[in-house]
Amino acid sequence: MSSVTIDKAAPTRTVKYGSMSRDRKWALRWSYFFLTLFAIFSLLPPIYMLITSLKSSAEISAATNPWWVFHPTLENYVGLLTSNQFLRFFWNSALVSIFVVTITMLISVPAAFALARMRFWGSATLATGVFLTYLIPDSLLFIPLFKVFALFGDWTGIQLINRWYVLLFIYPTLTVPFCTWIMIGYFASIPKELDEAAIIDGASWFQTLTRIFIPVALPGLIAATIFAFTVSWAQFLYPLVFTTSTDQLVLPVGIITTLIKGDVFNWGQIMTGALLGAAPPLIIYAFLMDYYIAGLTAGATKG
Amino acid sequence: MADVALRKVVKRYDDVEAVRGIDLDIADHEFIVLVGPSGCGKSTTLRMIAGLEDISDGDIMIGGDIVNDVPPKDRDIAMVFQNYALYPHMTVAENMSFGLRLKHYPKAEIKARVTEAARLLDITDLIDRKPKQLSGGQRQRVAMGRAIVRNPKVFLFDEPLSNLDAKLRVQMRIEIKKVHQKVRTTTVYVTHDQVEAMTLADRVVVMNKGRIEQIGTPNELYHKPATRFVAGFIGSPAMNFIPCRLEDVGGTLQMRLTDRIAFPLPAARAARYNSLPRTDKLLLGLRPEHLTESHAHLEPGVETFDTVLDVTEPMGMETLVYFGLEGTPVCGRVNPNAGAKDGAPMRLAMDLNNMHLLNEATGAVL
Repeated sequence: MSSVTIDKAAPTRTVKYGSMSRDRKWALRWSYFFLTLFAIFSLLPPIYMLITSLKSSAEISAATNPWWVFHPTLENYVGLLTSNQFLRFFWNSALVSIFVVTITMLISVPAAFALARMRFWGSATLATGVFLTYLIPDSLLFIPLFKVFALFGDWTGIQLINRWYVLLFIYPTLTVPFCTWIMIGYFASIPKELDEAAIIDGASWFQTLTRIFIPVALPGLIAATIFAFTVSWAQFLYPLVFTTSTDQLVLPVGIITTLIKGDVFNWGQIMTGALLGAAPPLIIYAFLMDYYIAGLTAGATKG
Repeated sequence: MADVALRKVVKRYDDVEAVRGIDLDIADHEFIVLVGPSGCGKSTTLRMIAGLEDISDGDIMIGGDIVNDVPPKDRDIAMVFQNYALYPHMTVAENMSFGLRLKHYPKAEIKARVTEAARLLDITDLIDRKPKQLSGGQRQRVAMGRAIVRNPKVFLFDEPLSNLDAKLRVQMRIEIKKVHQKVRTTTVYVTHDQVEAMTLADRVVVMNKGRIEQIGTPNELYHKPATRFVAGFIGSPAMNFIPCRLEDVGGTLQMRLTDRIAFPLPAARAARYNSLPRTDKLLLGLRPEHLTESHAHLEPGVETFDTVLDVTEPMGMETLVYFGLEGTPVCGRVNPNAGAKDGAPMRLAMDLNNMHLLNEATGAVL
């Protein structure tokens, strides 16, 4: 809850800050210098991708200035967006991401609520344990996980490997621990009196979660959602291992496996595909940015 | 509305006993204040009545029913928290009606109750605002409104005014008293502020170290404290405790404070204290207002002595004077025109008709 602050009347006399102001100016100059450097550094690849995506194959392989488009063309875009295969990758990626985000939220929000609020034996240890599982690198996990799904297929006859939906079982192992951890932090920052008030008002645990905690921790929920979406949208290793048929591939793997044939790189379409693939997260970030920033900083102070 | 009773209620955390077997009967419509220093168990007691803490031993009864294992929502109580605990995403009206909406009250009745409570608390204009748009005092009103609309058996207040500034606290104190006079709901109010306790309560429960020290009306506690703790806790500035002993001088009972200062006790007091062993280490308990400037027409039982003041604090309507009696700091309240000055000698008068005598070892008021 925010405290009311009263603006003091501005002093009528102009105050010279002397060296303070000079320090500030220099600090700003250096900040701008490094920020510009950083922006150039991180924006160069996407710019290069954009330039290349607007070139024809002939122009790409020609020995012209790689940073300039002499004969701009949309043929790469038209080619990909009319290709059923590419649209299939896109669709698979969208399905996987949406389902994974939903599954993650359905698991991690109640889990975080229980770990943050319902004091039970071992809850603190369990909360730490949840986070520790996130620290295990996924490159260590894919072989045992593959084995697990292979065995599952052998035992039950239900073949999950090489189906896009196998990813719905795998991605949550990455997203649930971290999202639970984020949400524990948010829920823990909500004053205890709030749920006590709700309980006295007659709310059940579930009502306290849905009617008080989720609305109050909405910025955190959005931060967790963005995280889960990014992870499942950009994941490369798992889909590469678990899916092989072209109609089961998701975007990142699909682009690499279908647009690189032997040692022939279809650079124009690869760059276009990568750019188009980066668009959905970019759009989502743009819309949720305000919430996301609020989400990252909320809880730092008792706002 | 209902009466509340606590029977030998104990709260243990691991091996620490926060509340050590307290008995308390709260009558219907009564306004009870639990007061004591931090860690005395008052908040824990309140939370046990609310059902937010389990009780380790004993019974709690609301309206004659034992509620030991009844969850908070079924105890028909309402609680006002120190930090208001308003739901930040709901408007004032939604905050107040949350409990009723959960119980699926008809919309018309919810609206009527909220409107009535808002009128009572003078927050009708704020009804569509969010908590962050309200000042501290307004938030506290909303928190009270949330309690009132439920029309519960018991109101529980957990230090509701501690977050407000001094001026607002006085104002809200009066508001709370007014609201109680109107709704007459049985109220248990926790505070560490003895002024709040004295001004609000029908009866005050003074707690210390998990036990009840004394239960009584504000006047009883002030004028007839049972223990040194109560005597020292109630009243500001606090009661003076000056080491003394009794002696018999020529057939009269005399109280000796220092080698120089000894006073014969008034007849009524002498009769009361005569049976005490003369060897006991005793404390004279005297409130600052019974230690004033000397003047020409002193009543019987008022004795004078000379001292040198250490510090004076002019308060406007009175001046507080501080001095030492053989190393014991003592505070008196004198007329602002009595000429008290830092470091100056002054003749003071001690009203022994209002004195208390305490056993130094046990702390009991004799």
